[in-house]
Amino acid sequence: MGTPKVSEVFQEAACGHNQAKSEKDRKKGCTKVATPGAAAGGCAFDGAKIALQPIVDVAHLVHGPIACEGNSWDNRSALSSGARTYRTGFTTDMNEMDIVYGGEKHLFKAIRQIIERFDPPAVFLYQTCVPAIIGDDIEAVAKAATEKFGRPVIPVNAPGFVGGKNLGNKLAGEALLDHVIGTMEPEVTTSTDLNIIGEYNLSGELWQVKPLLDRLGIRISACISGDARYREVASSHRARAAMLVCSKAMINIARKMEERYGIPWFEGSFYGISDMSASLRNIAALLVSRGAPEDLAARTEALIAEEEKAAWASISRFKPALAGKRALLITGGVKSWSVVSALMEAGLVVVGTSVKKSTAEDKERIMELMGEDAHMIDTMTPREMYRMLKEAEADILMAGGRSQFVALKAKVPFLDVNQERRFAFAGYKGMETLISEIHRALTNPIFQTLREPAPWTSGCRLTPLV
Amino acid sequence: MTTQDFVSVNPLKMSAPLGGALFFLGIERALPVFHGSQGCTSFALVLLGRHFKESIPLQTTAMSEVTTILGGGENIQAGILKILEKASPGVIGLCSTGLTETKGEDIAGEVVLFRKKHPEHAAVPIVGVSTPDFKGSHEDGFRAAMVRTIEELVPEGGKKLKGQINVLAGSHLTVADLDYLKDLLKGFGFDPIFLPDLSRSLDGFVPDSFEPVSMGGTSLADLRRMGQSTHTLVLGESLRRAGEVLFEKCDVPYIVVNRLMGLSAFDRFLVTLRDLSDGNYPESLKRERSRLTDAMLDAHFYLGALRVAVGLEPDHLFDVGHFLLENGMDLVSRVTTTESPLLSKMPGGKAVIGDLGRLEKEALETDAKLLVTHSHGRQAAEHLGIPLFRLGFPIFDRLGATHRLSVGYRGAMETLFRLANVVWSRDPENRPDTWYSPAPSEAASTSETPVLEEGFVPVRFDG
Repeated sequence: MGTPKVSEVFQEAACGHNQAKSEKDRKKGCTKVATPGAAAGGCAFDGAKIALQPIVDVAHLVHGPIACEGNSWDNRSALSSGARTYRTGFTTDMNEMDIVYGGEKHLFKAIRQIIERFDPPAVFLYQTCVPAIIGDDIEAVAKAATEKFGRPVIPVNAPGFVGGKNLGNKLAGEALLDHVIGTMEPEVTTSTDLNIIGEYNLSGELWQVKPLLDRLGIRISACISGDARYREVASSHRARAAMLVCSKAMINIARKMEERYGIPWFEGSFYGISDMSASLRNIAALLVSRGAPEDLAARTEALIAEEEKAAWASISRFKPALAGKRALLITGGVKSWSVVSALMEAGLVVVGTSVKKSTAEDKERIMELMGEDAHMIDTMTPREMYRMLKEAEADILMAGGRSQFVALKAKVPFLDVNQERRFAFAGYKGMETLISEIHRALTNPIFQTLREPAPWTSGCRLTPLV
Repeated sequence: MTTQDFVSVNPLKMSAPLGGALFFLGIERALPVFHGSQGCTSFALVLLGRHFKESIPLQTTAMSEVTTILGGGENIQAGILKILEKASPGVIGLCSTGLTETKGEDIAGEVVLFRKKHPEHAAVPIVGVSTPDFKGSHEDGFRAAMVRTIEELVPEGGKKLKGQINVLAGSHLTVADLDYLKDLLKGFGFDPIFLPDLSRSLDGFVPDSFEPVSMGGTSLADLRRMGQSTHTLVLGESLRRAGEVLFEKCDVPYIVVNRLMGLSAFDRFLVTLRDLSDGNYPESLKRERSRLTDAMLDAHFYLGALRVAVGLEPDHLFDVGHFLLENGMDLVSRVTTTESPLLSKMPGGKAVIGDLGRLEKEALETDAKLLVTHSHGRQAAEHLGIPLFRLGFPIFDRLGATHRLSVGYRGAMETLFRLANVVWSRDPENRPDTWYSPAPSEAASTSETPVLEEGFVPVRFDG
């Protein structure tokens, strides 16, 4: 069991949340215990799987009874430019006999079968609650299998009950740090090698960014873990700089890679035009400081100017249709402000933005953008959200998939801006997509139609056909 | 074809006699007969069979070169006699074709002559219809057969029967649609007579015996009491003339209903039924409406602003077009088969009379993302690289077309799901070059990294 690991990642030194706490609270870590009867969100296993599954050429084997993989596989839109192995659902599907006699042998055989039949460059083994509680030692199995098959088998020790999704993200990071990163050497290195950490290429968002880096001559040595190959992650310790993308989820990877390999990093976001530009600038500056050609900064500025101009032009086309429409933005962290400027440029009024997962810094940015009376929402129950929408206090809700049905039942347009979304919203192109999707949602005539009273209600004004 | 088109490329429309045959197939124990060459009949028979997946009773007067020149009267006489003796139908529907209309055959005269010569067969009605292949489409032939049937078989006047209502059912309505409407009308307390009633003849039931006539459909008894109904619902503008004939002959007022698909259209239809009936709204409708509401919300993510090119018969196009528009789609091309007062009132702009070639061309020009037409649209869809949503007649490369429900709240819900699924199944996954084309140097080297190095020795980091 990973108890020391758990407390270690809970006390993440580089985490802004932690730094803001008192000495005593910091020791306690982020041990936010889920409240029985009032918990939402995924478990640590879920978080670990989400963080690592985008490594596309490896097999992800879940050791546990069927629920863990059977109920969750192939549920995210992390995309691959090549290998598809990552989308295959592998599980040991433990049965009663496994519980009684232990599942280690079953697991070992499963690994062998995967290597024989699918020949992946590595197998990632995910621990879950049941084998954890009966004492299956996946680290020992992984070690034995690695030696036996000459193929890296990576134990990911994040059974669901140790905590929430975010903790699982971090434990996944630990697995990479302990077993993958630094185990291979890159074929070539350049002075512009960059790691991107915490980007999962959902709906292909990495591809809204990577082509621009390509244009600047910046090479992604590893994206951890969107559209990643095992070899890239394993040899990512030779990169010159790293960007941690918009989340605290994999901050431990960034910090420890700096400690171990001297790779400097910064935290940035690809959401929102100004953030995208800031991220490109920071990448260029960091790489130049590490020996990249001096002209990179100037070329980056030129690219930013060109892309921003095109994006703003595209967004302002929607202004006439969107001017004055009110958006309610219920999402986490940086997105609470990073998309606000694009929404405002398109003429939308942001009537509220959630700050539940935002830092003090995030909140400052919101006020900068929206003024002192910015409506910051700490928590909003679905019922309150429904009331707000029903009473027409907003024209569109932008939130995660869980809120979708709240908006729709209130007959108000909805746009999914969280992880299950269909559309890619990163970079300049992503903001164009976001605004055009808002336009598509707001101009759909069904909302008007649906508000018409049914024939049997007193408000019905329909006349019979003659 | 439009004025500037001299060639019809991949026809959208079917012939008028085929529509006539389809109408008669919805009358009990009817046998449609084409007065034409055997090919005229064979093509229609095969096409109807491919759509309904049923054996189609359809006979021919088998005109030859010689009989065409010398006159086909004898073929009619001989043909009808043979059919009466062998198939013993309850009614014969005699449709002319292009060949015999060009020649100028007098079908009505031949029927009169036959009646004189064969009084022993007086009990079996023979309805002669003019359905020249060179005029109109199958929607027109269907109407012509309906008008002639009412003229021939529905007696004048009579005491009105409370609650009895006529439903003139358009050729675009499926078996499932007719069943649904029948139940709905009964739910309002009506006693409906459907003309024709394909839901009892071409619904794929498996009979105990085989007969070479339509097995089921509107009975002659029902036909004969249509004059005693209080109202007629005319389901489709193309059938307006049939409603008029009933009104002129039997003083039954009619209401033309052009839309049965989608929320607002069906709301209006229900208000109309409620107004005509003594009953109240059937309880089941409330749940159905609520479900449709939810379906519209769920489907709009996929269908909103979708550019759709539609090719259907005028009545069908009008109803479907409004339905698509109601659900946020854009009708970028509207191609139809024949003249109709609806053409200029089409949702999204005037419809043009044309072929599938025209539909394909317009779809390409307007960047359509979905094609809605019958099975023959599959080639166009393939050329365009967009999905085809099969609707109308014929649908020969899919099963169950006659059992698809389109009308009512439930039909709208089912259609929305099917539409959204067609779109969803083609939802392209984003690719590395979706947003930016690759830099020249990149384009050459996009090969996948080797998956496994030889002699790989895992090294653990234990700091």
